[in-house]
Amino acid sequence: MLTIEEVKKIAKLARIDLTPEEESRHADTISVVLDYMKILDEVDTTNVEPTAQVTGLSNIVREDITHECTIKKELLAQMPQVDQNELVVPAVFE
Amino acid sequence: MSWWCQQFLNNFCMKELNTLTIKTARAGLDKKEFTSVELTQACLNRIKERNPELNAFITVCEKEALEEARAADKIITSGKALALTGIPFAVKDAICTAGVRSTASAKILDNYTPPFNATVIQKIREQGGVLIGKNNCDAFGHGASNENSMYGAVKNPHDLTKVSGGSSGGSAVAVADHMCIFAIGEDTGGSIRQPASFCGVVGLRPSYGRNSRFGIMPMASSLDTVGPFTKTVEDMAIVMDIIAGQDSLDATTVPDTVPEYSKTLNKKSKIRIGIPKEYFAFAELNKEIKTVIEEKINSLKKQSYEIVDVSLPYTKYATAVYYIVVPSEDSSNLARMDGIRYGARKQEGNLFELYAKTRDLGFPEEVKRRILIGTYALSAGYYDAYYKKAQQVRTLIKNDFDEVFKKVDVLVTPTSPFTAFNIGEKSNDPLAMYLADVMLIPAAVSGVPAISVPGGKDKNGLPIGIQVIGPRMGEEQVLQIAKQIEDSLQKQTFIC
Repeated sequence: MLTIEEVKKIAKLARIDLTPEEESRHADTISVVLDYMKILDEVDTTNVEPTAQVTGLSNIVREDITHECTIKKELLAQMPQVDQNELVVPAVFE
Repeated sequence: MSWWCQQFLNNFCMKELNTLTIKTARAGLDKKEFTSVELTQACLNRIKERNPELNAFITVCEKEALEEARAADKIITSGKALALTGIPFAVKDAICTAGVRSTASAKILDNYTPPFNATVIQKIREQGGVLIGKNNCDAFGHGASNENSMYGAVKNPHDLTKVSGGSSGGSAVAVADHMCIFAIGEDTGGSIRQPASFCGVVGLRPSYGRNSRFGIMPMASSLDTVGPFTKTVEDMAIVMDIIAGQDSLDATTVPDTVPEYSKTLNKKSKIRIGIPKEYFAFAELNKEIKTVIEEKINSLKKQSYEIVDVSLPYTKYATAVYYIVVPSEDSSNLARMDGIRYGARKQEGNLFELYAKTRDLGFPEEVKRRILIGTYALSAGYYDAYYKKAQQVRTLIKNDFDEVFKKVDVLVTPTSPFTAFNIGEKSNDPLAMYLADVMLIPAAVSGVPAISVPGGKDKNGLPIGIQVIGPRMGEEQVLQIAKQIEDSLQKQTFIC
């Protein structure tokens, strides 16, 4: 069971503003989902390796070559705030 | 089909151009029976007529598509047409298309125009495909009904009170309703196969690593795949021939040689077909669907395919595994949607408030829920109980498939336990919505390819999908069996 306090805590970690109604709704629905996950407790996973990927590929690297960026203007056009071709961001330290 | 039958069809049942397949459109364009402008205009007319109701497109590229079609006609006249020159296609809005707005159906990207193409889109463009528009989907691929879009739900063309399926619902509808000739979607846990099944088209989730994911908006990176929606299995092979293969921009693509799927499609290889009993034991499985699948299995048996009963014992745990792994990877992937470098920014208060408010306004409820579940599952003290446990059970599900594919070459199952459900029926019950993907998730967590091919309709006229699952990189035999199922359906319903 997920409490409203726990929802508030994870919402803060995830940087999402929630209304009190949303907090209560998420506490209810996520509790139901987490409860369903208990089905996995039936499975004995002693000595079972976790699977993080299925390709079997590892250490795929490419040569470290720089390429000319041909879409600088388009990238800048997507930024929320630009000043003299630089991205403007709010102050990190107050 | 006999010769006179074909002539009869050609002469008396002249099809609307937008209803053509890639193969028939290519033939008609090359024989100058019609132009790409006429073909593209026919699709645009259909969009104008039907989209206000179906809501399958968020963006329609009318002007650009007609310009591209005019250029394509010149290429065709000069005799230099490539595989897709002049053929209109649509793309899920969570896939980047250079210069064309791509929202992922979330307001946080309402005004986002990617400066580059996803690799699969680049490959289709290089073969001459005409981009007709971007399809509505569940925001960032989160959903099984296309009701989680911030641009409204997509409706099922067979019954407007039913869902299209999701998350790539708009793409399935665009193909099913002939608003384009084919489309490209994504499948993380069933997002191509389920809407393909609900709308009555062919949809393929390729093996993980077969097609490049560069340029798709990531959801769960260890599961995301990109695949086509087509009107026929033959068209599926044509598109896969173009988009499959290793990509230096996606390190998860495998170096294996890609077979020429359209050349081997009609090969009658000795294929052993497994029927996994767990898929027929779900309480929710609709009887009509069960009957249709059993008929198809019998018809395959009559064609001398060996049918073997098999078991995948960990099937019932797949949905729980999926809804831990996916939200966890989601919560990490979607951290990039923060209002800083691109997309919407809600400039209010300090930096924390900027992030939190931007994400509040930019994400629909289900996206928030997934991020919250993932953040919880990955947080200190819960990681082993949820994420690690899920990944261990994932190994057992994957082992099930590895073992079964030592005995058989493909598996045949229903795609979904039910046909398209009512709009609103499951939208307030996230767990019920998650369980809708119960037959699609096991293949996804194992990284094996699976296709949904139309198998018939239920008594209400809603399409029933049949799923063919193969071993990793086994698209060839998946397509061959899908073709057999499609042919048997045509024999059944098309008596000339």
